Amino acid sequence: MSGHSNYEPKTGIERWLDVRLPVVRLAYDSIIDFPTPKNLNYWWTFGGILAVCLGIQLVTGIVLAMHYVPHVDHAFASVERIMRDVNYGWLIRYMHANGASMFFIAVYIHMFRGLYYGSYKAPREVLWILGCVIYLLMMATAFMGYVLPWGQMSFHGAVVITNLFGALPIVGEAITTWLWGGFAVDNPTLNRFFSLHFLLPFMIAGVVGLHIWALHVPGNNNPTGVNVKSKEDTVPFHPYYTVKDGFAIVVFMIMFATFVFYNPNALGHADNYIPANPLVTPAHIVPEWYFLPFYAILRAVPDKLGGVILMFGAIAVMFVLPWLDTSKVRSMRYRPTAKLYFFIFVLACLILGYCGGKLPDDHVIPGLSTFTLIDADLNSFVWLSRFAALYYFAYFLVVLPVLGLTETPLPQPESISAPVLSHPANAPAGAAASPEKRG
Amino acid sequence: MLRKGIALAAFGLAILAAPAALAAGGAAPVKHVEFSFEGPFGKFDQAQLQRGYKVYREVCSACHSMNLMSFRNLGQKGGPFFDPKYPNPNDNPYVKSIAAEYQIKDIDSETGDVIERPGTSADRFPSPFPNEPAARASNGGAMPPDLSVMAKARHHGPQYIYSLLTGYQDPPAGLKVGVGQHYNPFMAGDVTASWSGPHDKVPPGGFIAMAPPLAAGQVTFDDGTKSTLENQAKDVAAFLTWASEPKMQERKAFGMAAMIYLLIFAGLLYVSYRKIWKNVAH
Repeated sequence: MSGHSNYEPKTGIERWLDVRLPVVRLAYDSIIDFPTPKNLNYWWTFGGILAVCLGIQLVTGIVLAMHYVPHVDHAFASVERIMRDVNYGWLIRYMHANGASMFFIAVYIHMFRGLYYGSYKAPREVLWILGCVIYLLMMATAFMGYVLPWGQMSFHGAVVITNLFGALPIVGEAITTWLWGGFAVDNPTLNRFFSLHFLLPFMIAGVVGLHIWALHVPGNNNPTGVNVKSKEDTVPFHPYYTVKDGFAIVVFMIMFATFVFYNPNALGHADNYIPANPLVTPAHIVPEWYFLPFYAILRAVPDKLGGVILMFGAIAVMFVLPWLDTSKVRSMRYRPTAKLYFFIFVLACLILGYCGGKLPDDHVIPGLSTFTLIDADLNSFVWLSRFAALYYFAYFLVVLPVLGLTETPLPQPESISAPVLSHPANAPAGAAASPEKRG
Repeated sequence: MLRKGIALAAFGLAILAAPAALAAGGAAPVKHVEFSFEGPFGKFDQAQLQRGYKVYREVCSACHSMNLMSFRNLGQKGGPFFDPKYPNPNDNPYVKSIAAEYQIKDIDSETGDVIERPGTSADRFPSPFPNEPAARASNGGAMPPDLSVMAKARHHGPQYIYSLLTGYQDPPAGLKVGVGQHYNPFMAGDVTASWSGPHDKVPPGGFIAMAPPLAAGQVTFDDGTKSTLENQAKDVAAFLTWASEPKMQERKAFGMAAMIYLLIFAGLLYVSYRKIWKNVAH
């Protein structure tokens, strides 16, 4: 999409079109000839995997919308009708429901990859921020999609999440009423959630277009974090990365298919097969697994407004990450200290996710009562969430800003080709086993 | 170092012991029972589905609706009365005769009068009660839940149904059971408020308004299967699982083809990947 184009129209039609609307040129430059660093590892295949996830969600979702009825009296039964009476409806719906989880698995790996290899640093700040926008849109879409079957978790999840806005001072109540389209979660809420759930994926697709545009201006980052210096460092996207991404996508599809065909309800909650009943609240309201870390942060704060601010802050902080990390070195391969903090960060996110699915007051180590600190036993999930949440924010606000100034990074390679050529697989026996330790 | 090791080991043990240390208020873990439809090659046992339908019809349906089920579903592919001779389940004589045994409320299209007519394959299973208040009034205030998707609406659905139906027992001494209630260790709930025994020994499970519905010999199976409580519970659990997931068998068969396709495709792509990248140091 930028830089020199090597496209040469070969046929008359291509030449004719090229001076009027150079779409073939655009496609050729973006997905055929695009110079891509030759050292990208499998963590880089998740971009392609995500594009496929979005495509699957769009196609299955549009078909589901042909059969779904967005009305509180019919939604649940219409979903079951899809499962029973629509040809291959079970396949389409299970692909869509599990596809949401797959989408999030892939996006989390994609984000952790960006964090580890410093893909958010100059000149890729806009690329990173667009990614954060996509993530935010994905969360809104997934939340509203989960409401549509109008099961018990759908309804009560919608009540909990929309009520969060009620915590805002002065305008909170008005916003909540506006979101609901009434004075409770009811038919107008379901109607508008359906409408928005249909709209947002197309907005995601639009921002994905921008995301790819912003990727193709500076080009891919790579595991060394070192800029592309020469043609030696790159290979054309096709066939090198079409085949590598293609392989990774199909392997990902195998995992996806395992869920769809053999355990389609494992990632959902059984309560969502109970039709929504506003008068009966489920014993434990839990969001889908991909929201659990944020749910844990929300519940870690005793004050409702504080919890809401911190929960949204956990996402907001990612938007300013490019300016929080002071290190000039992109890849954590050459930042041993940062690497350690990064893995603790991944662990903190997993712990938060685990805590989000537990009751706050339950013991982390069963049967062991320690002492009450402020409002809860120290050996409780609420305190574990607090420690993990503290680390989550400290990683962005303290570790990355300070570490960049204080740490001594390892020497970086001259170019991508330098460490590539001395990769242990290509090096003679006895050479250093860890290429990241080499200058 | 040693101290650290011991602490770690203790922590590990505590984690392992977690499931054993049942917190108050939890239901007992479901009984282990195997079904023919489990696993990637699992198939419904048609004879079992027929027996299970009989249990549903003679016992459960007195109080429980199955609003999402139509009679035609019984004769569809994979269903209890599927007959390859009748690919269209609406033509299946067995299904037709089952439907015809029911009287369905309808409107006379000529006069507009409310009438009752014999059921057809296209009709839904009729509900035992005209509405929710009527259902509650007949059941001590409790609403018998619709069973259409019951096996999906509970964790370990089939095992849960089996455990609940076979799990009724006399309440342990110290547990006060209310009028019209029954103790069942597999029912979700929390009996702490009715427990006068030691605090750390609260019995698992909860109270259920449904009296033990099944007993040995209650339903006579036409195929000679012994009518024990366990057999009836297992068969009706299988039937309800089929009703919840009527396309399960089709799904697993489709999945096998999809898996084989994906594995071959992945293999071909990997070989292509190796070949294309052969001369690139990376």
